[in-house]
Amino acid sequence: MSATASHTTHARPQAKPGRTVRFRIKRCDGPGKPVRWETFAVKPEAGANIISCLQQIAASPVTVDGQKTTPVAWDSGCLEEVCGACTMVINGKVRQSCSCLIDEYAPNEGDEITLEPMSKFPVVRDLWVDRARLFDALKRVKAWVPIDGTYSLGAGPRESAEQSESRYVMSTCMSCGCCLEACPQYQVEESPEKWPTSFIGAHAMNQARLFNEHATGAVLKGARLDTLMGEGGVNDCGNAQNCVQVCPKHIPLTESIATIGRSVTIHAIAKWFRG
Amino acid sequence: MAQHRVIVVGGGLAGLAASARIAEAGLAVDLFSVVPVKRSHSVCAQGGINACNEVARQQGYSEYEHFDETIYGGDFLADQHPVLEMANWAPRIIDLLDRMGVPFNRTSEGYRDLRLFGGSLFKRTHFSGATTGQQLIYALDEQVRRYESEGQVTKYEFWEFLWPVIEDTAQGQRCVGIVAQDMRTMQIRAFRADAVVMATGGCGLVFGKSTNSIICTGAAAARCFRAGVWYGNPEMIQVHPTAIPGADKLRLMSESARGEGGRVWVPRKKGDSRPPRDIPEADRYYFLEERYPAYGNIVPRDIATREIFSICVNDGLGVAGENQVYLDLTHKDPEYLTRKLGGILEIYEKFVGVDPRHEPMKIFPAVHYSMGGLWTSFTKGSYNPDAARAKHKSGTRPPILAEVGQGMQLGALNNAQTNITGLYAFGEVNFAYHGANRLGANALLSCIFDGLFCGVSVANYVRDGAPAKTPAGDLSSAGYDRVVAQEQQKVKRWVDSASAGAAEPRTNPYIIGKELGDEMTAACTVVRHQTRLTQCAGKLAELRERQDAATLADGASWSNQALGYARALSDMLVLAEAIARGATERKESRGAHYRTDFPDRDDANFMKTTLAKHQGGTTSLEFVPIDASLILPTARTYGKKDDKPAAKPAMAASAS
Repeated sequence: MSATASHTTHARPQAKPGRTVRFRIKRCDGPGKPVRWETFAVKPEAGANIISCLQQIAASPVTVDGQKTTPVAWDSGCLEEVCGACTMVINGKVRQSCSCLIDEYAPNEGDEITLEPMSKFPVVRDLWVDRARLFDALKRVKAWVPIDGTYSLGAGPRESAEQSESRYVMSTCMSCGCCLEACPQYQVEESPEKWPTSFIGAHAMNQARLFNEHATGAVLKGARLDTLMGEGGVNDCGNAQNCVQVCPKHIPLTESIATIGRSVTIHAIAKWFRG
Repeated sequence: MAQHRVIVVGGGLAGLAASARIAEAGLAVDLFSVVPVKRSHSVCAQGGINACNEVARQQGYSEYEHFDETIYGGDFLADQHPVLEMANWAPRIIDLLDRMGVPFNRTSEGYRDLRLFGGSLFKRTHFSGATTGQQLIYALDEQVRRYESEGQVTKYEFWEFLWPVIEDTAQGQRCVGIVAQDMRTMQIRAFRADAVVMATGGCGLVFGKSTNSIICTGAAAARCFRAGVWYGNPEMIQVHPTAIPGADKLRLMSESARGEGGRVWVPRKKGDSRPPRDIPEADRYYFLEERYPAYGNIVPRDIATREIFSICVNDGLGVAGENQVYLDLTHKDPEYLTRKLGGILEIYEKFVGVDPRHEPMKIFPAVHYSMGGLWTSFTKGSYNPDAARAKHKSGTRPPILAEVGQGMQLGALNNAQTNITGLYAFGEVNFAYHGANRLGANALLSCIFDGLFCGVSVANYVRDGAPAKTPAGDLSSAGYDRVVAQEQQKVKRWVDSASAGAAEPRTNPYIIGKELGDEMTAACTVVRHQTRLTQCAGKLAELRERQDAATLADGASWSNQALGYARALSDMLVLAEAIARGATERKESRGAHYRTDFPDRDDANFMKTTLAKHQGGTTSLEFVPIDASLILPTARTYGKKDDKPAAKPAMAASAS
């Protein structure tokens, strides 16, 4: 071993070149259609990830049993874990599929990888789900700074490096939905009328905190807390703390939930005193 | 009379900035995107956004110098007035983003921190970690969501733009809407609009693997081109010097890695197999630093790319005999690196399994950006000197102060408008600002500038132009129905071909797409020459023929992604031809376009825009004069070799 090997982030298993990996994929042709499982054999190229294997399957959609089928549908975008699109459940755990390297997950001949769509959102087709509710939650918590407009009005509020770094981490949330998939309190809800009273999830509470902590964003703090003290708000959190475990951006989600919890308490007391 | 509506196609930085500005002007906006807008490709931009700032200003920098650098960096191919206006607006744009809450890195005193970037000797790049694009698009996404919640913006996400609806009128052609398809339900329908803004980004997928997102097919631009919109400088494709090779894409390793001190090197001795840390300084060849003493590792991208390519391909000095060189940050404090570059170091760590804080990264160039794009016009502003001036001397007093309207006239109806009235092109999809090579951290700027500055032109056009007399809502439906029928016909052709299982390689769209990418990468990237380009033309003809006979593995009438890909591929082939044709007919070398058979720049014949037009299924090319009335062209050497190196400015202050 060379002296530099000690600096590798994590020891990666030596993957066997030329091996065949099996992909067991949960498929569904559309809403209300039956679910079926199909298995494909793929020879991953060097550095392959789930995406490059799904691309191979798309070019040649034939199962291990020789059955001709349709290409698997899935959602993807940047392929470098910054857009959040390609989130799915891989071997039972939610994550982005682009950063899931086959050499790590299936280093040996015949290893199998299971792919499923996220279970907390309605399936569009196969591995592709509809996360509209997630974006709707951002509207509910008014996740924006209410600026006066786009005309030139000088710089924004000055802030310390520490403050900016703390907001930066919260602001790296790519709305992927991992925190929601892992949350026992968050359940699939297809009808938009029920969204306002269903649990909003960790990501939205983090966004509320992000904007509450901005000097101009704080103008809407009261409105955000009004939303989060009601049904589906912070009190619905069961404190399982799964969210923070699965967040690919390492956002301190439980800290954000706790902060919102405290703010909501103070907000409620203040409202009570004001009558 | 129906309410005026504007359609924006594309929800990246340009599309979101346009939506916010046009909504603010009181017009209803329909925003179309193939992905939820927050997932647009702008998230991939890493390094930062350029703007003159107070620290640089006090060292002698100015908006004018930013303009000068951009023109020089682009090798004198860009029309100059729009670039001047963009540079003048840059500080205002930073302030606006700051007000929107972008967490820009801060100094210990709480001011916005700055970093060095390619093509400048001054720190003029504002940044938010190493995920600046992500942070900027989130800020604009949030503002647009605010307009959405107020009912001013309506989003059509997972809808794909299929074709512009263009009416022939007595005054010429006018765009009055689009036809689009919901990629979940597969519904195709027409949408009326008084103006349409294309903000659909670049075309990296034409080259197969690139630094671009999987959605950057260039199909939307190609469809406009096929519908009669002119395309400028198609051959100007930027190959970024530093990317991480990968099976599915080539992941960008930001220029900021070099801006923050990263050094590019190879072992001096061919076949030196020692681990990089065991190779002493004397045995390392820091070829950019040795060849460009003034700029060193931060020479512009086209130059760095060619040097890296040449070190590996011509000199055979690539690390481990392969096409890769070291990008080394290990001499910097790991904590500093995490604070300044955390996002990109994590990408490397995640995908390669090595920590770049402790081990040099292995990188190689990759297709990154399209300087070329839909041709757009503009109205010149108030700064019109009697004669073009000599290149600006770095750090000296500028001839003008930055005032609104010196470069382009604010609100002129034709700013960023294509040759079709009412059809605008903003951001990477146009050809306007970057000439033959884009400077790092100017892309985010040009996208937002277009949205904010040229968005005013769109609003004015809707109020004062043709739509004021005849709103799209009052037009007969015949023109719309015709385009819907055309697009339904295309879908039918594909669905009729479908049968489950793999098509044979000859007629398999995925195989055709892969061959297209391989061919374009081999013939039309770092090094080009006549023989290879002629061969490329033949290959493209073969691929077009195969694509006509191609078949699908999926005939589903619900969420059919195979159909979406195959249809886009037909359009990508048209764009590929325009790129290759431009590369063939531009018989000179300029910026990113390097011809081994014509290694010199030829201003007399080619300081001109390549204008591609598509009619009746054929592409024709012409070279048209540019606006070069502000700065005289000079040789673009960046102080290479014997040239007297440009003086370094007084210690560029960093507050960090």
